[in-house]
Amino acid sequence: MALFSNHLHLPKNVDMKDRVADFWRDDAPIADPKKHTLRPIVTGTSVLGIKTKSGVVIAADTLGSYGSLARFRDVTRLMRVNDSTIIGGFGDYADFQHIMKLLEQQTIDDKVIGDGVYRDAPSIHSWLRCVLYNRRNKMNPLWNTVIVAGSTYAGEPYLGYVDKIGVSFQDKSVATGFGSYIAQPMLRKAMEENPDMSIDDAKRLMVRCLRVLFYRDCRALNRFQIGVVAEGQCTISEPISAETDWSVGANPSGYE
Amino acid sequence: MAAVVDQMMKTAEESKGFSFDNCRRNAFMAKQGVTFPTARKTGTTIVGVIFNEGVVLGADTRATGGSIVCDLNCEKIHYIADNVFCCGAGTAADTEFTTRMVSSKMELLKLRTGREGRVISALRMLKQYLFRYQGYVSAALVLGGVDVTGPALYTVYPHGSTDKLPYVTMGSGSLAAMSVFEDGYKLGLDEEAAKKLVRDAIRA
Repeated sequence: MALFSNHLHLPKNVDMKDRVADFWRDDAPIADPKKHTLRPIVTGTSVLGIKTKSGVVIAADTLGSYGSLARFRDVTRLMRVNDSTIIGGFGDYADFQHIMKLLEQQTIDDKVIGDGVYRDAPSIHSWLRCVLYNRRNKMNPLWNTVIVAGSTYAGEPYLGYVDKIGVSFQDKSVATGFGSYIAQPMLRKAMEENPDMSIDDAKRLMVRCLRVLFYRDCRALNRFQIGVVAEGQCTISEPISAETDWSVGANPSGYE
Repeated sequence: MAAVVDQMMKTAEESKGFSFDNCRRNAFMAKQGVTFPTARKTGTTIVGVIFNEGVVLGADTRATGGSIVCDLNCEKIHYIADNVFCCGAGTAADTEFTTRMVSSKMELLKLRTGREGRVISALRMLKQYLFRYQGYVSAALVLGGVDVTGPALYTVYPHGSTDKLPYVTMGSGSLAAMSVFEDGYKLGLDEEAAKKLVRDAIRA
């Protein structure tokens, strides 16, 4: 697909001088110097989220991939917005930084107004949906999927998902990207078996899912952060790694 | 006897290469405005696991034609030989006929050699057949069995490549099933544990 391709699409027998860029030609219209987002450049992979009765756990690895190169291995894809919300970003990292900046400015504005009202997770989720949908309508999307994990004004745990095209919903467990194929079944199965999961159980489950993602996702890293919103507190852990077992690959195999 | 069996094996797959006989007719029919039936795909999860003394193969039973479930209880694990079975994903007709053909060839080989068939023979037959059709025979298979060399498990892809692995999943449900395997597989499983792992993987 042209939007996502890495190759130049030039016909084969073409003289380069006939293909001079439009804006060099004398009769060219004034070109728009702005470009609309065509493809993500530095990307983050899956973000996982799970909602338990006592709080929400969100997790993401610390990798910014440059295509297939694991370029930035110390990137924070979880952001603590305020005491009630953590967001996690999948997709283009530059666009996610823009989202983080907007939210930071919003939090500062709230403090400056000083009327004691802060934004809770559903408000931030709503706001993000409006922003992302609006950008999508202008055909210039912020190429992200954002997971919003936090609590409502009443203190209930909240977990939401917003897409680059403005799809938004809430669920007990969410995952983006590869995580939706690999980790989401694991999250759902665990919630079915243990509906009264504790925060610690949820954290352990996250580590298991991130380990399997590291095994199977080519753009994942075994270094991740886990964020917890519980009891009116938001914490994002220091980067940790899962133990991995490569012994199944020990037997020499070949292909037949 | 051997000569007769050889002859039978040769006619088992007549001429080499794809048969283009019907292309002209199909093009004519398309111009007349005939819509062709689409191939029935299986929307499948098929898995295989090697344990201590053998192999456990698993498959779901749903077949879809578009977004309608057309067969609630179809058999996706095909018989190749008494000691070799094959799960099939992709186009239902392709998996059915390919495995049936290989099953016949394995029987002929058994009569020819006087020995119990091996999984590797079925593998060679499948991959050489699928490669010849360059991916047009859309059969993604999980082939498993136990022979004199021990338990064996392979995947065969529609273009003819094969993999030899301790645990495999294929089909559209393969990632969800693989997540269960990656989480729960250990070397040296016993039969009950392997069966449970396969059950959990298909359910995922």
